[in-house]
Amino acid sequence: MSMTFDDGTFIRNEMAPALPPPTQRIGAVAWMRENLFSGVLNTTLTVLGILLVAWVVPPFIRFMFLDAVWTGENREACLGPQVGACWPFIHAKFGQLIYGFYPIAERWRVDIVFAAGVLLLVPLLVPSLPFKRLTSFLFFVVYPVVAFVLLTGGNIDASAFLLERFGLIGSFVGDAAIGGINLVFWVDYVLTALLAIVAMGGLIALLGGSGRSAALSTFWVFLALGLVIFAWDVDVGLEYVETRQWGGLLVTLVIAVTGIVASLPLGIVLALGRRSQMPIVRLLSVIFIEFWRGVPLITVLFFATYMLPLFLPQGANPDALLRALVGVALFSAAYMAEVVRGGLQAIPKGQYEGAMAMGLTWSQMMRLIILPQALTLVIPGIVNSFISLFKDTTLVLIVSIFDFLGQLRASFTDPNWATPVTLYTGFAFAGVVYFLFCFGMSRYSLFVERRLNTSHRH
Amino acid sequence: MTDLAGPVGGRAKTSFINDPKVRSIGLQLIALVVVVFLGWSFAENARDNLAAQKIATGFGFLDNTSGFGINQTLIPYSETSTYGRAFFVGLLNTILVAVVGIILATIIGFLVGIGRLSKNFVVRTISTVYVEVLRNLPPLFQILFWYLAVLSAMPSPRQSISLFGEVFISNRGIILPRPLFGEGAGIVVWAIGLAVLLVILFRHWSASRQEETGRRLPVLWINLGLLIGLPLVAMIVTGFPISFETPELKGFNFVGGVQVIPEFVALTVALATYTAAFIAENVRSGIQSVSHGQSEAAHSLGLRNGQTLRLVIIPQAMRVIIPPLTSQYLNLTKNSSLAVGIGYPDLVAVFAGTALNQTGQAIEIIAITMGVYLLLSIITATIMNAYNRRVALVER
Repeated sequence: MSMTFDDGTFIRNEMAPALPPPTQRIGAVAWMRENLFSGVLNTTLTVLGILLVAWVVPPFIRFMFLDAVWTGENREACLGPQVGACWPFIHAKFGQLIYGFYPIAERWRVDIVFAAGVLLLVPLLVPSLPFKRLTSFLFFVVYPVVAFVLLTGGNIDASAFLLERFGLIGSFVGDAAIGGINLVFWVDYVLTALLAIVAMGGLIALLGGSGRSAALSTFWVFLALGLVIFAWDVDVGLEYVETRQWGGLLVTLVIAVTGIVASLPLGIVLALGRRSQMPIVRLLSVIFIEFWRGVPLITVLFFATYMLPLFLPQGANPDALLRALVGVALFSAAYMAEVVRGGLQAIPKGQYEGAMAMGLTWSQMMRLIILPQALTLVIPGIVNSFISLFKDTTLVLIVSIFDFLGQLRASFTDPNWATPVTLYTGFAFAGVVYFLFCFGMSRYSLFVERRLNTSHRH
Repeated sequence: MTDLAGPVGGRAKTSFINDPKVRSIGLQLIALVVVVFLGWSFAENARDNLAAQKIATGFGFLDNTSGFGINQTLIPYSETSTYGRAFFVGLLNTILVAVVGIILATIIGFLVGIGRLSKNFVVRTISTVYVEVLRNLPPLFQILFWYLAVLSAMPSPRQSISLFGEVFISNRGIILPRPLFGEGAGIVVWAIGLAVLLVILFRHWSASRQEETGRRLPVLWINLGLLIGLPLVAMIVTGFPISFETPELKGFNFVGGVQVIPEFVALTVALATYTAAFIAENVRSGIQSVSHGQSEAAHSLGLRNGQTLRLVIIPQAMRVIIPPLTSQYLNLTKNSSLAVGIGYPDLVAVFAGTALNQTGQAIEIIAITMGVYLLLSIITATIMNAYNRRVALVER
C-alpha cells in the first residue's frame, strides 16, 4: 500500500515487486545479443556483413580449391563451364614468373642467391640469435657483391681506372691479361691508390693533422674498393647473363634488396646531414630529401630511363636495370632519411651531451651511442618503408623491365593458355605472393614494435 | 708530428684542422664543390649529348602541334592542338582522378576505420581483413586487377548492367545521363549557391545561439531542407530547365549521356580503395588517441554513442588524423601517375609518355612533370603546417 498526502506527495511503503532475473549475461547467445544484435543499426550491419561474407568467401574458396583444375598440359584442361583456378597455367609459367628469361641451365645460380639471402636474413631478423654484427656485415656488404657475381657472371672486364684514361699505363704495360684480368687496370688501380694515399697523407700532414691516420684510412678505402672490383673482375667461369634476360620474382627481389641495402646507409647520411649544424650541408640534404619525396616514383623512373643517359658522358650507356636501381635507391633513400631522422630526434639531448662529455669524436658518438639507439627505435618505420619499396618495385614494368607483375602480364598473352579463367588465376597467384611478402614484413614490424615497447616502458 | 699534447697545464697545441669551426667550413666547402662539379658536368654532358643526338632544347615545343589524340579530355582538345594544351588536358585528368579518388577514399576510409573499432564482431573482422588485404597488395597490381579482371569482365554494352535504366555499366565503362541546361538554368544554379551560403550562415548563427541559450536547433534537418528546398523551388518557378539525356543503346554502343572510360573507373576505384585502407588506419589510431575518459565523461553526461562519437571523439581525433590524412591525399595524387600502366591519359601518360616520345625533349618534359608534383607537395605541406599551427594543443 502507498500513502498519498494532501499536497500530492507520495510515499511508497512497501517493497517494489522483484524484477525478473536478467537475461543471460554469459554464453554464446548473450554475447551475440550484446555484440551483434544490440540495436537496429547494429543488427542491420551484422546481417549485411554476413551477407557480404557469404557473397565473397564461398565463391573464393570454390575458385581457389574446389573447382580448381590441378593438372593439365594446356588450355584444354581449363576450358568448360564452372571451372575454377587453372593451376596448371601457373605451373607451366612458374619458371618465367620466378626467373624471367634467365637461361634455364643457369638458374641454379639464382637459386643459390635466393637461398643465401634467406640463410642470412633469418639470423639477422630473429632477435635471439647471436652474431648480429657478423650477419649484418655478410648481408649488407658481402652478399650484394657475391650476388652480383653469381647473377651476372662477374668478369666485368675493368679496363681503366683513372690514369689509363689519360693513356698513361697502357703504353708501358701493354695488353697483358692474366686469367681474364686486365693487367692495365690493376697497375692503374694500384698506382692511383698509392698516389692518393701519399697525397692524402701529405696534405693532412702539411695542414698539421695526423698524416699517418689519413693515409691509413685512404688505404683501407682503396683496399675495400679494390677487393670488390677484384671479385667482380676475376673470371670465375660463369656464363655472362645480361640483365635483359632477368625477370620475374628475381628482378622484384633484386630491386627490393638493392633498394633496401643502398637506401639504409644513404638515408642515414642524409638524415645526419639534415640534422647537421652546418647550414650548407643541411640545405643540400633538405633539398635532396624533399625533392625525391615530392615526386611520384614513376617520374623518377622516367627520369632514370630518359634523362639520366643525357647527363652521363657520351658513350656511357648504363644498363636499363641499373638505371632503374639508381632511381629506386635515391627515391627510397629520401624516405629512409625521414624515418631515421625521426629516430634521431627521439634520442634525448643528454645522450649527445654525455657522449661529448666522454670525449668521443662526432663519428664515435654517432657510431657508438646515437645511431644504435635511434635505429633500434625506428625498426618498425624502416620495415614499413621496405614494404612500400617492395610494393613500388612493380612500377618498373612501366619502363619495360619485366618484374614479377610484368611477367604475369606477359604470360596472359600466351595463346596456349588462353582461357576465361587464366586472368583470374594469375591475379590470384600474384596476389597471394605479394600478400605473403608484405604481410610477413608488416607482422615482423609489429613483432619488433611490441618487443621494443616492453623494453622501453618506464 | 704537431698533434702531440702540449706541456702539462698549458693549453694543448693542436692543429687548426682539429678546430670544429674550420672543419665545418672545410666540409661544407667540399660538399659545395662536389655538388657544383656534378651539376656542371651534368650540364656539359647534357649539352654534348643533345647536340650529338640533334635534339632541340627550350620550351618552344609547347606551341607545336601535338598530333596525337587523347581519349578523355575535360577541355576541348584535338590532334591539331599544341603540346601545351595536351599538358593541361593531362593535368586536368590527373586532378579529376585525384579529387574523385580523395572523396571516395575519405568516405571508405572513415567507415572502415570506425568499423575496425566497432564492438560488432562481424563488422570489425570485415574491416580488419579489408585493411590488411588492401594495404599489402601493390597499388599497380590492384589497378591492373580492376582494369583487366573486373572491368574487362563486365558484359558488352548490349548486355550492360543497368541501374534504374539511367546508368549503364559495361566493359566500355560507365555511362551516366548527361544534364542538359535549358533556359533559366542559371537561376537554379544561383539558387544552389544561395542555399549553400545560407547553410553556412545558419550553422554559424545556430552555433552562437547554442552558446548563448544552450538550446540546439535541428540544424541538420533545416540545412537539408534549405539545400533541397531552395533549388527545388527555383526549378518549379523556372519550369524545370535542367533535364537529363538518358543514354540509349544504338547498334553496339551507347549514344548520348556522359561516358566514363573504364581506365578512369579502374584507376579511381583502385586508388580510392587502396588509399582508404591507409586512411582507415589513420582514423583508427586517431580515435584511439582520444583518451577513454573523454568517452566515459560524454556517456555520463547522457550523450548517446553516436553523439559521443560526433561531438566529442571525432573533433579531438581530427587533430591527430588530419596530418597523416593529407599525406595520404598527396600519396593518392602521386599514385595517380600509375595511370600510365593502364593507359589512362593523366599528366605522366600524356606528357611524360606520348609527348616525350614524340619530341625527345626529355629534360624539359620530365622537369615540368616533376615540377607539377613538387608544386602540389609544397602547397599541401604549407597548408598542412599552417593548419597544424592552428590546431596544435597550446600547452601551458
